[in-house]
Parts: sequence; structure tokens; C-alpha cells
Amino acid sequence: MSLSVTLTINRVPRTVELDDPRVTLLDLLRERLDLTGTKKGCDRGQCGACTVLLNGRRVNACLALAISHDGAEILTIEGLAESGVLHPVQAAFIAHDALQCGFCTPGQIMSAIGLIGEGQAGDDPERVREGMSGNLCRCGAYRGITEAVIEATHDMTVTTTREEAA
Amino acid sequence: MNRFDYVRPHTVAEAIAAAAMPGSAYLAAGTNLLDLMKIGAARPARLVDLNYLSGLDAIEQLPDGGVRIGARVRNADLAHDAAFRRQFPAVCEALLSGASAQLRNVATVGGNLLQRTRCAYFQDTASACNRRAPGSGCDARGGENRLHAVLGWSEGCIATHPSDFCVPLVALGAVVEIEGPAGARAIPLQDFHLLPGETPERESVLTPGELVVAVRLPPEAAGFAAQSRYVKLRERTSYAFAVVSAAAGLRIENGRITEARLALGGVAAKPWRAEAAEAALAGAAPGAAAFRHAAELALAGARPSGDNAFKIELAQRIAIRALTLAAAGTPDRLPALPASPFAPIPGGLHG
Repeated sequence: MSLSVTLTINRVPRTVELDDPRVTLLDLLRERLDLTGTKKGCDRGQCGACTVLLNGRRVNACLALAISHDGAEILTIEGLAESGVLHPVQAAFIAHDALQCGFCTPGQIMSAIGLIGEGQAGDDPERVREGMSGNLCRCGAYRGITEAVIEATHDMTVTTTREEAA
Repeated sequence: MNRFDYVRPHTVAEAIAAAAMPGSAYLAAGTNLLDLMKIGAARPARLVDLNYLSGLDAIEQLPDGGVRIGARVRNADLAHDAAFRRQFPAVCEALLSGASAQLRNVATVGGNLLQRTRCAYFQDTASACNRRAPGSGCDARGGENRLHAVLGWSEGCIATHPSDFCVPLVALGAVVEIEGPAGARAIPLQDFHLLPGETPERESVLTPGELVVAVRLPPEAAGFAAQSRYVKLRERTSYAFAVVSAAAGLRIENGRITEARLALGGVAAKPWRAEAAEAALAGAAPGAAAFRHAAELALAGARPSGDNAFKIELAQRIAIRALTLAAAGTPDRLPALPASPFAPIPGGLHG
């Protein structure tokens, strides 16, 4: 069997020949495609630093074999800003000082986008905190993260409503 | 991670044929298996990748009123299925109290049943573990064991099964549908996991090549929808395994319990259904006295396996709380912290 996988990463189709089936999606992004924005923290699904969107859903890239996801669409932190304009979640993280060292931030932001898309938390801080509990922040920027997610939820909902009205 | 042969079947029949080879393991989401492979606690010679199968991914409402959940249904999809949640709210509460949103988005129903213990000595390949390496001993005995089993353990193994999902499932009489080289069979979930005894390496009734294809909830299980809850005590607020947990379901008519279901998690190598407690609750008036008596019956055979005597009293209290919450009625919306014992109880009851 060929060990090649074709993934659409940040809207660009990429075919990668794998020399080994053990390559995780995280290592494929970082080591084979030079997309190092997705971070390797624990590499065991415990910290959330490697969170990406896989077919629109937030997942831990460290616990997925690349070979299992031929044909999938992946969105990483590098694919968020378009034409130099930050994604609303990125902008909200800056506005609310939702980071210190920044290592967990790409995973936090991808997870927040997934959370907002799931539509279960709304603007309830308790539900946002619970929904973001798969992303650890060693600097303890949780307060700013929660505020940023709530503001981005509001911004993205307002934007969606305007687009629907237009 | 060890090297392995990678096989990609497209049908259940192909998968079963491929996995009949000794040393094979099925790969679904991989959230547990790949983690164990990275640390060397699992070393399959062959991975049979289920991600390209067609089917096994539906939540089917059956003509008899039961529900059949395909083994590849993702935890998050099941937890957020509106019809399923109306029928089995405690199952959804348990699912949403487990792992993180990222893991729930991929982890499957079949994989949840088959996840391995989180015993640190099982995971650490430098430690003796009869479950991982039969005959090597058990370093958990006499080790750091405050979270280990208080029911059903043996001298050879004191590990617990970590699943939340399985606790309400076993309370509700779920049935596991299995296909394998010798054909199809169905086993009550209660009989699916094995207690350690002399053979802790045998964790379930599955034989080589057998595949969990679905979990079925019987029609009568939906009869507890109005009064069922899952409660889980953790060492942190979220994203942690249970120290102890309980699923409770009640049917109450004219001020009397007509039927009760109770199961415990975090106490044994399998989800622990408390049938004696259920029998004692039938016909009783719902309230503190009946619930305390039921909880004592549920833990009647418990004994500490190490520094964990506290878990016996704790499990009783969590069982009482689950029964109390069930009696108060299933909330319209799950609490912000699903299954949390810190959520307030109507009427101001504590503890």
C-alpha cells in the first residue's frame, strides 16, 4: 500500500509521501511541511497546544496518525489571517492580553474557534471555561482567554447576523 | 513507538480478517492507543485502521423504542444528538464530563469501552504490571494507590476502568454488539469487561479479531429519562478522570420508586452496577434514608486495596448525590459543568 496522504491544509491541497505510518498529524505539519505554528507540548493529548481543526472540528494533532486522515481538511493557526487581517479570535486574544509566553496560544485560538463553531457555550464564562479545559496555559492567562473567547463569540455572531441580513 | 504493519480495510469483514492475526489492534480515533504506543505500554504488531470503513457511524432509533449506536460514532456527536439526549440524558452528561472537547470530537463509542486503565504502573514500562506483562507482579500494590479499586480487585491487579460513558450505559442495561471470525454475538455491557482475578491481562470477553460494532440501549432504558443523572468527583474541576462517579436513574409513581438504576465508576476494573441497591430502592419512598441505605448496599463488598479506604465512603456519598439529583429531576439543560458535584442541588442540600 502507498503511504501517501493528500490533505487540504489551510485551503491548499498537499500530497505527502510518508516513509513511515507512525507519523502523527502534528509531526507531519511541523516536521514535513514546516508549519510550526502548531505546537508540540505534551505530545500525549493532555495540554491542547497542538489543537487544529480537522474537517472543521478541533482535535489534538498529536494523537492522530496522518495516514488515517487521507482527504481531510486541516486548518492551522497559519491559515487564519487572510490578506493580513487577523481572525476575530486572534484580535480578541491581543485585545484581552490572553497570553504571556505564547506557547499555548495557537492551540488556544484554534480550540476557541472550534468552541465557537460548536455553539454550546455562548457567552457564559463557566461554559467557556469548561469548553476550553482541554487547553492548558502554564502562564495562567485563563482570565484573559475567557474574556477573549466571549468577545470573539459576540463579534463573530454579530458578523454572521449582518451577513445573513445583507 | 514500535514499528507496525498498517492495514486499511474498507469493510467490517476485511477488518475482522485482518485483525485475526495475533498481535493486531484495531485503530479508531487512537486517542488512547496511540498514547499508549508512544510510551511503549502497547506494542501492536499490526494496526487495523477503522477510519476508512463505511458504516458503524449511525445513531439509529429502533422500531422497538431502543437505540443502536454505531461503534464509530464520536463521543461529541452522540452527546449533542438532540433525540438521544432527550432519551438518555445521563449518558450525555457522562460523555460531556469525560476528557476534553478535542478528544470527544474524535474518540469513538467502541474505543471508549475498550480504553485501558490509567493506572500509572500499567503505563510505566519500568514497573511490574500483571495487566501489561502477565506474571510480572503489581507495583501498584504498596505503591501510589489512593485512586485504585475498592471493588472486585485481586491480589494480581487493583486497577480501575476509567470510562464515564460506560457507567450510565451499564446502569441502563446496554448491550454490546460484536462481530468476529466466528460470527456475530451480543453481550450485556455488564458482562463485557472482566474483573482481574488471576488473569488481569484479559480485560474483556473479546477474542482475537472480534470487533465491537455497536452498543444498543433497550427500550425500557428511556423510561428513566425524566429522572437520571451522572455525578463525577475529580481531583480538578474539569478534564480529569473520576476518583469516583455514579449514574442513577429513577422511575417514581405516587411518591414511590417503582424502578431504580445505579452504577458506580472509578471503583473497579469494570463499570459497577449495584443491583442490590436497585432492588432495595424499588418500592421505597425517595429520600435520604432510602438513598443512604442503597449506597451502603452498593459498597457492601468494598475493601481498600491500598491507601484508598476513603473512596468507599466517598463513593457512597456520590451515589447518594446522584440518586438525590435524579429524584429532583433531569434538568432541561445540562449544567455548565456536567456531572460536577459542585453544582448546587435544588433545596440547598449539601454533601
